Amino acid sequence: MNGNYGWFLPVQASDFAPAMDRGIHIIHWAMGVIFVLWSVFFAYLLVRYRARDGHKPDRSHLPLSVSLAPDIAVLAFEVLLVVVYAVPSWNRMKRIPPSAEGSLQVEVRGEQFNWSVRYPGADGKFGKTEPRFVDFTNPFGVDEADPAGADDVVTVNELRFPVNERVLVRLTSKDVIHSFFIPEFRVKQDAVPGLAMPVWFTPTLEGDFELACAQLCGVGHAIMRADVKVTDRAAFDQWLAAKKNATLAAAPKAAVEQW
Amino acid sequence: MSEHAHAEPSFTERYVFSVDHKVIGLQYLVTSFVFLLLGFSMVLLMRWQLAFPGQPLPLIGRLLSASAAPGGVIGPEFYNQLGAMHGTIMVFLGIVPLGVGAFGNYVLPLQIGAPDMAFPRMNMMSYWLYLPGGLLMLSSFLLPGGAAQSGWTSYPPLSVINPGQTVWLLAMVLLITSSLLGSINFIVTTLNLRAPGMTLWRMPVFVWSQFVTAFLLLLAFPPLEAAAVLQLMDRVFHTSFYMPEGLIVGGQLASQWSGGGQSLLWQHLFWFLAHPEVYVLILPPMGICAEIISNNTRKPIFGYKEIVYAMMFLGTMSFVVWAHHMFVSGMSTTLSNFFLVTTMIISVPSVALLTCLILSLKGGAIRFTTPMLFALAFLPMFGIGGLTGLPLGLTVTDIYLHDTYYVIGHFHYVVVTGSLIALFAGTYFWFPKWFGRRMDDTLGKIHFWGTLAAMNGIFLPMFAIGLQGQSRRLYDPTAHLHNLIGQPLHVVSTVSAFVLMLFQIPVIYNFFYSMFRGEPTDSNPWKATTLDWQCPSPPPHGNFAKLPRVYRGPYEYSHPDHRDDWLPQDAEKAVAS
Repeated sequence: MNGNYGWFLPVQASDFAPAMDRGIHIIHWAMGVIFVLWSVFFAYLLVRYRARDGHKPDRSHLPLSVSLAPDIAVLAFEVLLVVVYAVPSWNRMKRIPPSAEGSLQVEVRGEQFNWSVRYPGADGKFGKTEPRFVDFTNPFGVDEADPAGADDVVTVNELRFPVNERVLVRLTSKDVIHSFFIPEFRVKQDAVPGLAMPVWFTPTLEGDFELACAQLCGVGHAIMRADVKVTDRAAFDQWLAAKKNATLAAAPKAAVEQW
Repeated sequence: MSEHAHAEPSFTERYVFSVDHKVIGLQYLVTSFVFLLLGFSMVLLMRWQLAFPGQPLPLIGRLLSASAAPGGVIGPEFYNQLGAMHGTIMVFLGIVPLGVGAFGNYVLPLQIGAPDMAFPRMNMMSYWLYLPGGLLMLSSFLLPGGAAQSGWTSYPPLSVINPGQTVWLLAMVLLITSSLLGSINFIVTTLNLRAPGMTLWRMPVFVWSQFVTAFLLLLAFPPLEAAAVLQLMDRVFHTSFYMPEGLIVGGQLASQWSGGGQSLLWQHLFWFLAHPEVYVLILPPMGICAEIISNNTRKPIFGYKEIVYAMMFLGTMSFVVWAHHMFVSGMSTTLSNFFLVTTMIISVPSVALLTCLILSLKGGAIRFTTPMLFALAFLPMFGIGGLTGLPLGLTVTDIYLHDTYYVIGHFHYVVVTGSLIALFAGTYFWFPKWFGRRMDDTLGKIHFWGTLAAMNGIFLPMFAIGLQGQSRRLYDPTAHLHNLIGQPLHVVSTVSAFVLMLFQIPVIYNFFYSMFRGEPTDSNPWKATTLDWQCPSPPPHGNFAKLPRVYRGPYEYSHPDHRDDWLPQDAEKAVAS
């Protein structure tokens, strides 16, 4: 255990985290206030109107408009949340992807029960892939005949990002539905076979974080995880270069043995 | 009445293949409580593994087969089977048959003054599809490959390639057909068999809740039945309704499926059922609470029409909110905004219902009987369930909270401390009607306080665990670094679950003891106004000696012109003392 995790939300490690946490805090404060006020009223009613000698029930009711007040208050609060918070933040986090230029592009592919990761290398281009080339040493099925694929860097269960740079992930799955969840980044997206989902975020904190599969994907679901390390740009470049020099096949092979 | 009055029925006709709605209701009651107990036992095994991962189960561990639990430690495959079966059993074999099959069947015809359901044979067939469906579902544990292990939601492609799913799908087809027959029966009975004078606006809230629920079952279940058959085709005949192209399973190209399908299609069809299903789980219990609260405050319910309109609105809206379960599924993120808005709208009638029930207390003379304690507990507990739905229904916060323990906490507050608590209330309330005897009050109160405390002990920690980012359906949470901090909370939750099991002993004993030895009561021990209390306890075949005539609304308590503080619906006039 490290300092990243507490009794409430984990550390904020991406540009989305502050907005996400603000929403969670506001809603929970509102919930707390509603529940406490409501409980006090409830307790008052139970004590005040308990059956006892000499107490006769009163058949009259408050006017209907009184009962509509909480409905309208809740609706107003929700309209405010939707307009001011949910729609704009949703646009930023999920609906409008950033352009590929200026983003570090990464391909992440889920499979039972590993995460394969591909960086495009110096040319910034991913090599072509085909399902028929997929094997344990080539988890993405990169076409060896394609020159763009020659400098691709492939890792298994290991993700690295440079701090304060926007990342655009192309998320896919080989077999069943997985979910790409980095709690510290407040990012979650299902990886659906047959679809390529864009996921984006900007890590804002250097450190060690965790990618955990968040969608039941089979017997090994609980052990399907990856290390996420955010470093400065220089350390990232160094790591990428070292990975590129290692043979393309070495990393997945090691992972197979480990698995 | 008279057409049933011929030859004396045999034992089998009377208690096994009965066409009497009361016997069928009790069959549903006992069967669904047994399934609830089984589903609960399954989750106890899971909770042990969550709190003490890798530790052998005490006592029971040795009884399990070596493949399910090697060395007494639950294996991941068996854990996933328990998870899928817990969800399926609790929803489809427990709460729904209890709320609709048991209470609806027994009480609805009585409350509208009908001699039986409109289609008694179809009613019998509902039960006799439900029971084999449930037994088939359970039997899958004994088959090679074991039970379904892809979650109660059964998302393909996992559910198509995983073992155990075929029997799950077959059993679901039986269960859904059973629900469909039931829903048609309820609608026709409510519309056609009301006693003279029982206008729609004189029906008790409980009848309204069943009526709205029946429409939800009728309209929401067929899509799931169709979806289940398609999934069965994908599994058995390798069609590709849900299977996309180029799947690579275990390093092999899964070429038995041609591809071209879309796994999100299942999620849409599934949630198109499963969201209205939530209201199937909650509306009948709300109706039960309305009956009990009015009876125990000795005054009319607050906003009778507002409650009914809110239920109808809730029922209608429940068909257009389903994709709020799919905000991070890969569905169109623009469409998410539509479902965000409908979800916010549907919270309003829920608030209205809760407000009406609590304002009903004002001005009353509240009797704290055992059923009333359960009905009162429903209010704040369902409140917590509803409030915690807000951050899940809001697209942005759902990104983080989706599929975490926060969701588990949320819907268990709705369905367990909400629905189940209210169904307990109904059991204590109508028990004297079923058996002409009363359940023991002291045991009932022990059951109430123990259950309420233990349920909160189980589900409250889950909100914290979820906010820490822990996902649901993890066989071993400690495999992830960010989950370690929540481990002590899992222990609290697990210990509470075992305590909850202990506190069910009083009610099981109380139920069977009181059935035979409980204090005998007259036909209307709670001094209630609705028609179900104006016939003998238990009611004879055909229910009413004389077809009742209804003169007024359902909740005429403390009527100023009447000598008693309750004025039954079928009393011709108020009588001054």
